[in-house]
Amino acid sequence: MARTSYLCWSLLTFLLAFSTQSAEMPLNMTQGVTEISQQVYNLHMKIFYICCAIGIAVFGVMFWSIIHHRKSKGVEPAQFHESTKVELLWTAFPVLILILMAIPATQTLIAMEDTSEADVTVLITGSQWKWHYKYMDHKVEYFSLLATPRQQIDNKLSKGENYLLEVDRPLVIPTGKKVRFLVTSDDVIHSWWVPAFAVKKDANPGFINEAWTRVDQPGVYRGQCAELCGKDHGFMPVVVIAKEQADFDQWIAQEAATQAAAKEAELKLLAMNMSKEELMTLGEKVYMGYCAACHQPNGMGIPGVFPALKGSKMALENLPGHIDIVLNGKTGTSMQAFDKQLTLSEIAAVVTYERNAWDNNTGDLVQAADIAKAQSK
Amino acid sequence: MSTVTTDPHAHAEHEHHGPAKGLKRWLYTTNHKDIGTLYLLFSLLMFFIGGAMAMVIRAELFQPGLQIVEPNFFNQMTTVHGLIMVFGAVMPAFTGLANWLIPMMIGAPDMALPRMNNWSFWILPFAFSILLASLFMEGGGPSFGWTFYAPLSTTYSNDSTALFVFSVHIMGISSIMGAINVIVTIMNLRAPGMTYMKMPLFVWTWFITAYLLIAVMPVLAGVVTMVLTDKYFGTSFFDAAGGGDPVLFQHIFWFFGHPEVYIMILPAFGIISSIVPTFARKPLFGYASMVYATSSIALLSFLVWAHHMFTTGMPVAAELFFMYCTMLIAVPTGVKVFNWVATMWRGAMTFEVPMMFSLAFIVLFTIGGFSGLMLAITPADFQYHDTYFVVAHFHYVLVTGAIFSIMAAAYYWLPKWTGHMYDETLGQWHFWCSLISVNVLFFPMHFVGLAGMPRRIPDYALQFADFNALISIGGFAFGLSQLLFVALVVKCIKGGEKATDQVWEGAEGLEWTIPSPAPYHSFTTPPEVK
Ligand code: HEC
Ligand SMILES: [Cu+2]
Repeated sequence: MARTSYLCWSLLTFLLAFSTQSAEMPLNMTQGVTEISQQVYNLHMKIFYICCAIGIAVFGVMFWSIIHHRKSKGVEPAQFHESTKVELLWTAFPVLILILMAIPATQTLIAMEDTSEADVTVLITGSQWKWHYKYMDHKVEYFSLLATPRQQIDNKLSKGENYLLEVDRPLVIPTGKKVRFLVTSDDVIHSWWVPAFAVKKDANPGFINEAWTRVDQPGVYRGQCAELCGKDHGFMPVVVIAKEQADFDQWIAQEAATQAAAKEAELKLLAMNMSKEELMTLGEKVYMGYCAACHQPNGMGIPGVFPALKGSKMALENLPGHIDIVLNGKTGTSMQAFDKQLTLSEIAAVVTYERNAWDNNTGDLVQAADIAKAQSK
Repeated sequence: MSTVTTDPHAHAEHEHHGPAKGLKRWLYTTNHKDIGTLYLLFSLLMFFIGGAMAMVIRAELFQPGLQIVEPNFFNQMTTVHGLIMVFGAVMPAFTGLANWLIPMMIGAPDMALPRMNNWSFWILPFAFSILLASLFMEGGGPSFGWTFYAPLSTTYSNDSTALFVFSVHIMGISSIMGAINVIVTIMNLRAPGMTYMKMPLFVWTWFITAYLLIAVMPVLAGVVTMVLTDKYFGTSFFDAAGGGDPVLFQHIFWFFGHPEVYIMILPAFGIISSIVPTFARKPLFGYASMVYATSSIALLSFLVWAHHMFTTGMPVAAELFFMYCTMLIAVPTGVKVFNWVATMWRGAMTFEVPMMFSLAFIVLFTIGGFSGLMLAITPADFQYHDTYFVVAHFHYVLVTGAIFSIMAAAYYWLPKWTGHMYDETLGQWHFWCSLISVNVLFFPMHFVGLAGMPRRIPDYALQFADFNALISIGGFAFGLSQLLFVALVVKCIKGGEKATDQVWEGAEGLEWTIPSPAPYHSFTTPPEVK
């Protein structure tokens, strides 16, 4: 017995030593930065304290009993049982507590679901494994992908501060405004979650959910996809930047201008031909960013799940089919349409890359104009 | 008795009734004790296979970054771990206990439908072989979580889905047959004088569980079939493009799924209600209220399914309804806990291993109940949902709840099954190692979840690293501790101190009136219950 208790104590000290080390991880739910998230936190603490109180009472009685009412102390067991009065008491009392708990919970819930009178509306679309943001009142939309380099995930580089919680293009929202989120999906179910806002909403394919937030403090807020959505579910972060209204206006105007300019530049590019080298360099970059998650960096895919492109019939022989599947995807599979995700020259480059990398040496060069032609068909 | 031995006919019949020799005994057996043993051993095997998968998961999560497995394989591990533990470990263990104990507790010679009993066990190994074999297919086995949400499990899954559906069908058929057998046995084979309100609580809780099984296993069968036809036969139950709705899947699944979690805990309540009075040497405080509480939990379990789906975007009215109903479940559950504590109050307790596991059950299951109550609060659930807080919650109710109760039951009835007392020292070691490691394993998950770590991810942000390492250490220790249990069971089967008929000083009930080990045939003439 002495050995056992020694073991217990050493384990306990070990645990304590551990918990002091990880000072960076908060041990409780975040209070967040919105009125709603604060209310949610308060609810959480309230129910937590209630549970603690009940726990202390029940376990207290139980351990009192365990210590004092043991046979080794020579006690005689009492034989009382059945008491309707007691049973009624310990049925009614919890009901009262629950009613007290349900009232604030109901109020908060109704407030959370009131998406009316929004100042800004953003359409959020999940797809394997990225988010797409579209500002409904501006001509601005873009994809937001994990920015953590592959080498960090594979433990070849040391991990950065925001490992797995960083994206190439965060969502930007104005502070002090009611921002409404319309949440949907292009493929499987995802769930858009930012703990600091207490917003978690499933993205269901074919349906649109609503949520809202009002953030008062400018800052960077991070979250993740919360619903299992396939292989790279763990690599689908959400980053939101809240900016003062003036900064936001400036940002969105600039963004709209850049996107419009990019479209024009795209049209100009149609007349130009890129060299093989240019195509392959750009193609590799696009491939690694958009395709390698499924088809794998070495083009071998995952047998039975994602087809290999190395040596595939389509990549070797069928050029129109190849362009078509990249542009339009294939419904009923996880091969999504890249029409809206990539520019014409990027699509041209990635198709060229797939037809010439990994010993696929077809020698085919695909130009932006070819893609535009396929698109207009 | 002398007439029996002189009667040649009776003699021949007696010989005929002994266990057959060798493998055939187990293949062809219709004996409730043999089938109970088969179920229990099968569940132990599954517990270790599912446990091995948990070890893979914990090894990958020991450190941030991808080290050991690919994300696709990681998802297969979480999926199959869940399926194996739910359908292969916990449910068969309870069915095994039902087989062994219900006839002995109600004074019946066997289960009412012995041939079906044989069948309902022997299709299980096929079901799980199919499921496990699917892991070796091209693209691997099911990787969409044990909840197999559409369309991840339909359009976006590989062909292992067909095998998954088939194996779930077989498991379902097995469960339904087992449940029918339990109901028919209890309704028809109770000893004279054993009215419903005299049945031991283990029998009562299983009686109610069996109805739950019959009510919801067909729903599970329906939903997997819809997955199959959506994937292969062009239907669109869960596909918006064809007029279906992916959220419909979740409604159907959880209409099965929520009663399912009570299927895994009601028999546990029965076990604890048998063990606590024995070792407190005092009758259960409120027998009738325990029966009513169990029934109300069973009824309420049909009204709370959507609390698993608060983030799917339901109307506020539905969210409120499911929140209130879910909170209500705390009431009958509380009644149970209060009753156990009141049973201990002013008893004369001793602390053999079954009692230790039962006490741990009461405390730790209640902690799981508390986190369940927290999860019921819809606005807070938006933060908890799909995080490690949920993982902590259901492992508290399933591991330190269901599995601890199964352990308690095994220790409690082992002497009756084998005729030998188990090794108390080894048992205490098993208990304490399990108790400490299981809390190192699951308690920190609450914090990790509150801090924002989603479930079902193979890699995580750096802030979660220390806690995950600690959790993994707890996991390995818990896994290793279970080897002690195997050693103990083997030792107990092989020999040990001879057990008396009553085994435990305070034990009451028909099973303690027959010899230990229980003879191959017991209660061939029904006892009289007063
Ligand atoms: C989410 C996973 C995923 C991503 C990301 C993805 N693909 Fe695919 N891709 C698939 C699947 C699945 C198929 C097989 C579709 C089918 O069943 O025919 C496929 C098929 C293809 C094919 C046809 C292969 C053949 O031999 O039939 C090509 C070409 C292709 N993808 C190119 C790309 C390119 C280029 C990208 C990046 C811009 C990309 N894919 C990104 C999943 C993906
Ligand atoms: Cu996702």
